[in-house]
Amino acid sequence: MTFEVGSGLSIGSILFTVIIVAAMLIWVERRLLSLWQERLGPNRVGPFGLLQVVADMIKIFTKEDWVPPFADKLSFVLAPTVIMIVILLSFAVVPFAPGVGVIDSNIGVLFVLAMASLGAYSVMLGGLASDNKYALLGSLRAAAQMVSYEVFMGISLLGVVALAGSFNLREIVLAQEGVWYVIPQFVGFVIFLIAGIAESHRLPFDIPEAEQEIVAGYHTEYSGMKFGMFFVGEYLGLVLISSLITVLFFGGWMGPFLPPIIWFVIKASLFIAFFILLRAAIPRPRYDQLMTFGWLVLLPLSLLNLMVTGAIILSMQ
Amino acid sequence: MQSAINTAGKSHGSNDLLAHMRAEFGPRILAEQVTCDGIPTLWVQRQDLKAVLQELKEDCKPHFEMLFDITAIDERMRVHRDGQPASEFTVVYHLMSFSGNCDFRVKVPLMDADLVVPSVISIWPNANWYERETWDMFGIKFQGHPNLYRIVLPPTWKGHALRKEHPARATEMEPYSLNDEQGAFEQEALKFKPEEWGMQRESENSEFMFLNLGPNHPSVHGAFRIALQLDGEVLVDAVPDIGYHHRGAEKMGERQSWHTYIPYTDRIDYLGGVMNNLPYVMAVEKMAGIKVPERVQVIRVMLCEMFRICSHLLFYGTFAQDVGQLSPIFYMFVERERVFNIIESICGARMHPGWFRIGGVAQDLPNGWDKRIRELLDFMPARLDEYDSMVMNNGILKRRTQGIGVYDTAEALAWGVTGGGLRATGCEWDFRKQRPYSGYENYEFDIPIAVNGDCYDRCAIRVEEMRQSLRIIKQCMDNMPSGHYKSDHPLTTPPRKEKSLQDIETLINHFLSVSWGPVIPPNEVTVAIEATKGINSYYLVSDGSTNSYRTRIRTPSFAHLQMIPEISRGFMVADLIAIIASIDFVMADVDR
Repeated sequence: MTFEVGSGLSIGSILFTVIIVAAMLIWVERRLLSLWQERLGPNRVGPFGLLQVVADMIKIFTKEDWVPPFADKLSFVLAPTVIMIVILLSFAVVPFAPGVGVIDSNIGVLFVLAMASLGAYSVMLGGLASDNKYALLGSLRAAAQMVSYEVFMGISLLGVVALAGSFNLREIVLAQEGVWYVIPQFVGFVIFLIAGIAESHRLPFDIPEAEQEIVAGYHTEYSGMKFGMFFVGEYLGLVLISSLITVLFFGGWMGPFLPPIIWFVIKASLFIAFFILLRAAIPRPRYDQLMTFGWLVLLPLSLLNLMVTGAIILSMQ
Repeated sequence: MQSAINTAGKSHGSNDLLAHMRAEFGPRILAEQVTCDGIPTLWVQRQDLKAVLQELKEDCKPHFEMLFDITAIDERMRVHRDGQPASEFTVVYHLMSFSGNCDFRVKVPLMDADLVVPSVISIWPNANWYERETWDMFGIKFQGHPNLYRIVLPPTWKGHALRKEHPARATEMEPYSLNDEQGAFEQEALKFKPEEWGMQRESENSEFMFLNLGPNHPSVHGAFRIALQLDGEVLVDAVPDIGYHHRGAEKMGERQSWHTYIPYTDRIDYLGGVMNNLPYVMAVEKMAGIKVPERVQVIRVMLCEMFRICSHLLFYGTFAQDVGQLSPIFYMFVERERVFNIIESICGARMHPGWFRIGGVAQDLPNGWDKRIRELLDFMPARLDEYDSMVMNNGILKRRTQGIGVYDTAEALAWGVTGGGLRATGCEWDFRKQRPYSGYENYEFDIPIAVNGDCYDRCAIRVEEMRQSLRIIKQCMDNMPSGHYKSDHPLTTPPRKEKSLQDIETLINHFLSVSWGPVIPPNEVTVAIEATKGINSYYLVSDGSTNSYRTRIRTPSFAHLQMIPEISRGFMVADLIAIIASIDFVMADVDR
């Protein structure tokens, strides 16, 4: 079996790596946060606390698999699997390096957006199935937030698509041979970044699960591995958004001297660290403030960006 | 010295005031009582109560804008009541005037067979909770109260805890057991029934959601429940439910000796540490006639200000955290740790040293006590500036907290708001300036005020107060007087020991004071201080015994929580969290 796009080896190792990376991110995030917050963080289990994740996993797998008696059983169980599956599916179209990837799809961008829309169902189902008022509030917030931010996310990407002339993520990377799209598409990049945080609902946009307000939001009633899936799902989302930013705006695997896959990892890691830093630094806006910001600022801005990009492309022809 | 100053402000006006009241009410005044705190005290019949209080609030000069406290005394076992009208239960109304800088006390005598007084909610809205508490603790009914339910004890409690016949210790009661049936009954009693609070379950076009925020919730700062009536995420109404942290601190005050009660006070506002000791020991000292040495005053002020910084730092961090900012709390714990290290090296304990004594403090300052303080004074101001840029100047935080939970000075006074919450409305009132105690008149410091009275301003006030506290600590350090750390008054507890092995008088006195505790002469006194969260006062009644006959603790947090529904209607759930965070309360201080 050879290692090329779509080969079994490639699929297997990507799936494995992505999940392991997402799990390790829990440790990375805790250590980075503690570094920035003048404390130590998990440093007891294994060297540098590296085995903390293993310990957590053992705990979470051996916990009682409990469904609250008042919950809607089917959707309660289904919800956390949905988020894992759709995010893992999204990784299928991500071109990690030449020859490394699952599928070379010519609708890559659309596929990612479609999967992101499905992700909203997971959060909504989870909240509604729990039959808990905090979960209900959380899923209401999540539905509103994710549905609105998908709009800007999609539009912000269209500039890149127009420049590259393709929905294929691999071709988008190749089209950045000369200049990374972050320069011509800076506005699109910023909007995508913001929408990306909102999509993966992390602080400052963790409104659907704002601990101080609605306890744990849509996953209040979850425990054990079902909670674990939501939890790892969040980190998978973080990896996905960082990978997409790398692919769409920062030339993917391209870079001098080092092997392409290393470049990809470096770039994606920087964005992951940036997201973690954001979490340490910024307070949470209110739910309606986030909506207002989205519809009144981001939407016009992304439309404007698209029109200007289109106009420039036309005038160049 | 403090007694001289505390009364000086009041005495010149209080004679005119009493004369005015005599002229107005004549024979309807049952008696005038003299207490050692110099607060004019009138006894009136219950049918005259509302007229008298109305007069004091509206027509006399100065106006008494604030109902500071309502409480009661079970007088049935009390001796030394000379000159007071016959009474089995006395309801005490404590009023405060901010325009005249003075206090007034009105007492109503009641007989056990007929424990009814008119409610004064129509005059001061904040009477609501105080009357409920008095009903809860003494079984006194307040006629016209809209929902006279128990407030701190569980709804299923039997008896009224502060009556003298109610046991003070669990060992005096039947062993506690909870069978399934009883458990279900208790559960049922905890259910929130909106109809009891006059709430509708639905409006014309929507059905409301009732959400129990608490008793265990990440941002209610302890065990505190607010039942919310929500329309979507918008707050229609809220009912705060307190009492989950009630320990019966006032009852314990009647059980412990004067001296052994001191550590209990630490735990009232558990972030305030020795600051809680201060009003208590000053109240006892006033009744005992103890004048403490100047060194004691300065040591006390220095430690109180350190605790103010500790408490405010925790407030600052949790405030930022409740609006979703993760990091500041961790930075602030670094400072807090430094201050606690200083406190530990002086007192031997960190959060609850219980270090003040009647007539002094427990020990003298250790050698080299000022070294760590100097380090703190060098270290902290720059860090505070850093926090300003991180928290107070953050755009998102401003948008989350400005214009949220606004009230003005008049509302604040009507609801009994004191401390930072009052100063944020532009009212420059600080006990340390207006009625200096423990030598605060000797320090140079400013009282920060703000104008908007919103969540942001309440936080800004406390940030600036930390800087002022650092100034005070520096002055304490630079001007620490020499002298003894305890007064040589015989009632100082534990007494000074130098001469106890040389003359028999001192030895006997020492023996009695250490074995039984001091006997404090019969009197009544209220001492209030500017605590970390507002005005904290102790109202002590002594009937010439080794323990207090009645200990009333008036805490700021209790009053502040009562106002939550008033200032949060129409806002969203996230705003409510910001409002709660900005109030700066701890449940131990609310429930006592």
